[in-house]
Amino acid sequence: MNTDNPSKSNSRSAISTTIIRPSKGYFSIRWKELWDYRELFYFLIWRDIKVRYKQTVIGFAWAIIQPFLTMVVFSIFFGKFAKIPSEGSPYPLFAYCALVPWTYFAHSINNATNSIVENQRLIGKIYFPRMILPISAVFSQFPDFVISFSILIMMMFFYGVIPTANLLWLPFLIAFMSLTALAVGIWLTTFNAIYRDVRYAVPFLIQFWLFASPVAYPSSLVPERWRTFYGLNPMTGVIEGFRWALLGKGDPPQALLLFSLTVILFVLFVGIAYFRRMEGAITDVI
Amino acid sequence: MSNISIRVENLSKRYRIGQREPYKALRDTLTHALHLPFQLLKKESDRAGSHEKYIWALKEVYFEVKHGEVVGVIGRNGAGKTTLLKVLSRITEPTEGYAEITGRVGSLLEVGTGFHPELTGRENVYLNGAILGMRKTEIDKKFDEIVDFSEVEKFIDTPVKFYSSGMHTRLAFAVAAHLEPEILLVDEVLAVGDAAFQKKCLGKMSDVAREGRTVLFVSHNMGAVKTLCTKGCLIENGKILLQGKVDEVVSLYLQKCQDLTSAISLAERTDRRGNGSLRFTSVKLLSRDGEEIAAQSGKDLVIAIDYVTDSQSEKHAEVSLAFTDLYGQRLFVCLSRSSHQGGFLRLPEKGQIRCIIPRLPLLPGRYNVSRLWCKIGAQMADDIQDAFHIEVAAGDFFGTGKLNPEDGGNVVIDHRWEIL
Repeated sequence: MNTDNPSKSNSRSAISTTIIRPSKGYFSIRWKELWDYRELFYFLIWRDIKVRYKQTVIGFAWAIIQPFLTMVVFSIFFGKFAKIPSEGSPYPLFAYCALVPWTYFAHSINNATNSIVENQRLIGKIYFPRMILPISAVFSQFPDFVISFSILIMMMFFYGVIPTANLLWLPFLIAFMSLTALAVGIWLTTFNAIYRDVRYAVPFLIQFWLFASPVAYPSSLVPERWRTFYGLNPMTGVIEGFRWALLGKGDPPQALLLFSLTVILFVLFVGIAYFRRMEGAITDVI
Repeated sequence: MSNISIRVENLSKRYRIGQREPYKALRDTLTHALHLPFQLLKKESDRAGSHEKYIWALKEVYFEVKHGEVVGVIGRNGAGKTTLLKVLSRITEPTEGYAEITGRVGSLLEVGTGFHPELTGRENVYLNGAILGMRKTEIDKKFDEIVDFSEVEKFIDTPVKFYSSGMHTRLAFAVAAHLEPEILLVDEVLAVGDAAFQKKCLGKMSDVAREGRTVLFVSHNMGAVKTLCTKGCLIENGKILLQGKVDEVVSLYLQKCQDLTSAISLAERTDRRGNGSLRFTSVKLLSRDGEEIAAQSGKDLVIAIDYVTDSQSEKHAEVSLAFTDLYGQRLFVCLSRSSHQGGFLRLPEKGQIRCIIPRLPLLPGRYNVSRLWCKIGAQMADDIQDAFHIEVAAGDFFGTGKLNPEDGGNVVIDHRWEIL
């Protein structure tokens, strides 16, 4: 056993004992284990990113095209023809500001849903905390987000919009957005491992969710009495937050965000518990 | 401090088999749920769910491995060896019982786990290494060694999808071979690559074993098991049949394999090939005088094989018997085409073919007729693998009353000595 200089001790010098027994379905996140496997996180994210754009011609430009073109279509049909109000900002900017976090969310949950099933070979042959899969699926979308975000900055510049101090809220909003994607993703991936039709339901779910969120329209369009119900959608909070942080218009959506945060944390913890409970069975079902 | 590396107590793993759908569809579950009230009214045996059966892939397994032991886990396909490794690797959960493992576990259930075809060899080494549990710094340090071992240096920066399957497995094994956990669980991964590389792999495995790591090694290659392992463990139908010295465990396993083959008389064998114009029906071992005997070193042996054909005409046939030892090493072949005067055997519609071996030159032990075939015309009429075995008892081959000891190989060659 290695007993020299403690500052150079490596984790392998400590011989630990592991007990393997049937789990009773108790709930535990096992943070330490996730931390031990942090390098695997990094490698899986790196793998997904590298592979995504291999042998493509435009490569990373694909990260921008989807939200950008959606913005163009929305601007024409919702902005110009339907004349949807845009809270004082130019409609394209209004829509794009929402599309950037939205695209991250949509792609993240899509990736997360398939993460367990796609990696079934890995799961059957090696042990690692299975939760790493949906988590890395969500975070592998991050570079795409950064790229489309930089386009957003350029657009703001183009329209002459100067960000206010509200911008400081952005990191929190980004974290919140990731948390939402993770919470939903964990549920979906567990379901998908057992019921394979979930994979086909998800694109539809995303479409529906897009219109249930204030992406193409402001939430002020929603009648007062429906506001609370509307606020249950955590993406409402995220999008309004983004708009407020970047474009500086409207009231700070603190209350809304707090409400959404509670909802999301609840969904997340129940999702993790469900995942942990099914984790043992998943290997046998996959 | 106990020096037990792995302790397994009452470990059991149950799997569902049968008519279950591998994936459920939500709609099926919903319709099933709707039908449930009606199902409950039916008798237990008529219920839809009763198709599902369970098998115990492992049942009440107790065993202990001390630190530094190299244990060969053997058994027929489906015995439960891989399941045991999977449970110990935490890939799948036990249904009952528990296992206690002291030390870091590296599991090699497959070579190239996680290899992605689009990534280069270099990238895959890092990815695969990370998946197997190596730290990035560790991989950095060993990178050159790994590439060197795999012999794909020139192509290390090409995407792996362009590799030949040999290069692929070599690189994958090279990464895995440089894992340094306290406990290594290996499942049949030595059967990769060509003969030269297999030798290299075997060499690396013995290095690992010599370094004092605990190794659990599942294999069908009895030669490798006997070379590498200090202890053996035979699993059959989810239970441990025997644990102990490698030689004993391997012998028991081989005997059981033979028993299975020979318990079925030739006539009943269904796993034969050939067009059927001739069929072997049974085999007997006889002395020159026609009495049933047990084979003996140095005594004439008559192998009498009964057969039937599908028509009355006389057949011109060629027959071959290939003899191997317990490890599958071919010892010799009795081929009528080379040894029979006149070439073909003229066979009536049914009867008995006899192969006479004068002064059987085999040392005592069990031997296998790994292949018995008959060709009629140029067509294969009957071809049976692992047709039967013969047990050779000690006998006086040289006329001196003495016989070679067991480690003198299998074959006794007639010879004499002279002094000049």
